[in-house]
Order: sequence, then structure tokens, then C-alpha cells
Amino acid sequence: MLRLEQVSMSVNDSNGGNKDILHNIDLDFTSGKLYAITGPNGGGKTSLAKVIMGIYDLSAGQIFLHDEEISHLTVSERAHKGIAYAFQQPPRFKGLTVSDLLKIAYGDIDIMGLRKSLRDVGLCPEDYLDRDVGPGLSGGEMKRIEIAQVLARQATISIFDEPEAGVDLWTIQRLIGIIVNRFKDNPNCTAIIITHNENVLPICDEIIVLEEGRIRDRGTYQEIWPSIREDIECKRRLECRGEFGYEI
Amino acid sequence: MKFNQIDSDLLNTIASITEVPKGAVNIRKDGQPLIRMSSPNIIIKPKEDKPGIDVIVKPGTKNESVHIPVLVTQAGLQDLVYNTFEIGEDADVTIIAGCGIHNESHQDSGHDGIHEFIIKPKARVRYVEKHYGAGSGRGKKVLNPTTVVRIGSEAYAEMEMVQIEGVDDTYRKTIAYVEDKAHLKIVERLLTHRRQSAQSDIEISIEGKGGSAQILSRSVGKDESYQVFKASMIGKTECTGHVECDSIIMGNAVIKAIPSLEAENSEAVLTHEAAIGKIAGEQLIKLMSLGLTEEEAVNTIIEGFLR
Repeated sequence: MLRLEQVSMSVNDSNGGNKDILHNIDLDFTSGKLYAITGPNGGGKTSLAKVIMGIYDLSAGQIFLHDEEISHLTVSERAHKGIAYAFQQPPRFKGLTVSDLLKIAYGDIDIMGLRKSLRDVGLCPEDYLDRDVGPGLSGGEMKRIEIAQVLARQATISIFDEPEAGVDLWTIQRLIGIIVNRFKDNPNCTAIIITHNENVLPICDEIIVLEEGRIRDRGTYQEIWPSIREDIECKRRLECRGEFGYEI
Repeated sequence: MKFNQIDSDLLNTIASITEVPKGAVNIRKDGQPLIRMSSPNIIIKPKEDKPGIDVIVKPGTKNESVHIPVLVTQAGLQDLVYNTFEIGEDADVTIIAGCGIHNESHQDSGHDGIHEFIIKPKARVRYVEKHYGAGSGRGKKVLNPTTVVRIGSEAYAEMEMVQIEGVDDTYRKTIAYVEDKAHLKIVERLLTHRRQSAQSDIEISIEGKGGSAQILSRSVGKDESYQVFKASMIGKTECTGHVECDSIIMGNAVIKAIPSLEAENSEAVLTHEAAIGKIAGEQLIKLMSLGLTEEEAVNTIIEGFLR
């Protein structure tokens, strides 16, 4: 369904040179599966998502959707092809309401549909539909509204960038449940969840570990989790040694 | 009464009128009254010493509206009108004003509306004024409104003043005096493009104890246009006042925002915020990720911002 071949991406650094963010990434995502992308901060997860959405340009490589190359397409062209992206930090707008954004996301929807899409993410429609997507909303509310928009797109590939960030404990399970229900075993679509939440990993069909812009590991939860856990333990021991001068 | 197509388009744009509205109405066209009707509680009568009308709302009038749009379609006409609104004690009314100019000629057309509001104690007024210019002539479409408002004790006034598009030159002057426990909210929305020029001077003096006022201005300057926004809030007693001016700048436009606060009493609390900037790239990308083109995303952001 979605295939990345030798994808690299770099940015200008402060010395006038280039800094590589992604190195020769080869990945394929098939329909009906739920993928998690995880890994240490700064590993390139969000950059990878933005490269797929067309927000960042590739420095090398190609991206294919249904065997059609989309590397040259704009963000809106990729949206029309069926790629949707829930931003890690959704932007705020002065004067645009929750209802405005949902209507754009759906294209055509009645009021009942709008209400349902908010209820699905745990928000009361009466309290939110007419509110500005501005400073009056908390980070958690912004994330839920962002997820509602991506669900509304009914896209072939939906990418959720840290959907759990800023969302309260009572809602995160519900959001994950909605994503699982929508995407798990659905032969028409694929979801990619960028996450640091270890509760999300077991529900995904496949986990991709990205580190320093490279794929370090890829496999099922059972295959991958031991190495991730070992990595976390190792890092914890190193941090403790640094702080206390001895290992615990 | 049936309006011709130009009148109909202008009326629909500035006052959402498609037929003669119910209640008190005064439609002025090319310097002459086109329709004038009073209602039992709202009397509209012509001034005797100068062009214009007096609108008198009886005390206690509730949930009624007055429509007073102005049309200028005659080439080269410079219309000048003086309107006085006296809102009786404890009344609650909405006033829909606005001016539309259609100019197909090479001569400038303009309308100067001098409005005075006397809002009696405990009255509530919502005033909506939209300005719009249309027509492909080289002649300028010029609108220079002057508004003076005096808000009596415990009264409330909300004034929404919008310049939609097509006005080449405007100088808006608004002066307000706010008395004890009264509240005034002025919302200004302004869009300029091409080589248009707009200046807005708002001066609010809060004179009564417990009075409050807000000025909320949002503007978009495109192309080579030029805008100056001056907002002055004077607190003479224990009161609160806030000025907020927010602008989106595009192309080669120039925008100046000059908020000013003057406290003449240690119990006055006055604040201001001012921001000018281009549309944030992340906002564009966000809307494009929902399927809008870049141009559609820009228009959606501007439309929302000026709503």
C-alpha cells in the first residue's frame, strides 16, 4: 500500500552545512494493519511522518502509494490521494471553529455527523462545535479535536503523531480503542501511530524502532519488546550511575 | 418594493437584506430617502437643519431592530449624512447599518456618515455596520464614517464595524464616553488590498466608576495596501479597559498599530495587546493536510480571522 524506498531527509544546520535526519529508510506498510513507530527522542519519527505527508521534502529516495509514486506531490495532493496526518502539536487558529475544521476534514457532513465525531473522541459536541480552535482550548482538547479530524478524513493511510501526548488517562484508552476499532483488520486502510506509550505497542501488528534516523528494529511486539525493555533498563542504569556515582 | 440588481446585491452584502425588512427602516440611496418607515416603538424622522435622520427608540422597547443602510450608485456623488440615535432607558435593540458603493465611473464616489449615539441608562444596543465597494470603474470608492457614542450608566453597547472589501480609501473616527457601570465593546474588522488605504482612530474615555470597555480589532492587509490603526483608551476613574489589535500582513502591505493607554486614576486597569504577522506556515500546512489547496487555505484563514 505505502512504500518508502531509500528515503533520506536532511536539514540545514547552523554551520551552513547539512544535517541528516533520515538515512536510506526502506519501509512498507500494508493495508489492514496497525503500525507503531517508536524510538528515542530525536530519532526521526515525526520527520518520517512529515516526509510521508509531504510537509518535508526528501533529499533522496521515493515514496509510493498503491505503486504510484507520490514523492513529488504537494501536501494537499497527498491528502486527496488518501494520506492523513494528526499533528503532534496541532496549530491554533483565530476565528476558525472546531466545526469549521471538521467540515473541511469531512468535505460534506451534516450536524449529526459532526456531533458524533466529537463524541467519539470524548468531547461533548454542544461544548465544542462553536469554539475557536484557539488559545481557549487545552493541549489535550486540541489533540482530541485533531484526532477527530483525521478520523473524519477516512483516509487510506492515517498517521497519528503521539496521540497520547497531553491527553488524560481517562481518555487515552478510549482514543486507542477508537483507533483500533477503525483500523485493525480493516482491509481498506492502515494506521501508523508514533508513540512513546508502552500500552499502545502491544495492540499494534508491527513495531518499527527508529533511532538516529535509521530503522533499528522491526517486528511484532513479542519480537521487539525484549530489546526495547533491555534498552530502557540499560539507559536507566547509565543515568543512575551518572547521577549517583554507582549502579543500582 | 422591488430593488434593482445593483441595489439588491449591495443591500444583501452590507445588511443581509433581500426584501424590505420588518420594523423600522430607512434606506438611503444616492443622497435621497428610498424607503422610510417607523414602527410603534422606533420613530425615524428627517433632520430639519441638515441631511440625515433622527432615530428615537422609546424607553423599554425590547428585541426590535432598525435597518438604516445607505447605497451610493451615482457616479461622482459625495454623500454626507448626519444621523442621531437616541436609545431610551432600558431598551434593547439591534441597529443594522452599513454602506455599499457601486462605482463604474472614473469619478470618485463617497459617503461620509456622521453618527451620534445617545444611549440612556440600562439600555442595550447592538450596532452592526458593514462597508463594501463594488464596480469596475477607475473612480475611487471612499467611506469616512465618524461615530460618537455616549453610553449612560449601566448601559451596554456592542459595535461591530466591518469593511469587507472594495473600499479604496477610508478614514474612520470613533469617539466614545462610558459612564458608571456601563460597558462598551467595539469590534473592528478590516480588509484592504491592491493600493487601498485605511485609517481607523478609536478613542474611548471611561468616565464612570465601574465602567468597562474593549476594543478588538482584526485586519488583513494585502498587496500594496496601507493601514493605520490607532486605539486610545482613557481611564478616568475605577474602571477596566482592554485594547487588542491583531493583523495579518501579506504581499507588500504596510500596517501600523498604535495602541495607547492613559490612566488618570490609580484604580483604572488598562491593558493592550498588538500583533502583526504573516499567516503561520503551520496553519497553512494543517489546512492543506485536510485537502485544501494553498490558496483555499489562505482564504479560509483570512475568512475566519475576519469573522
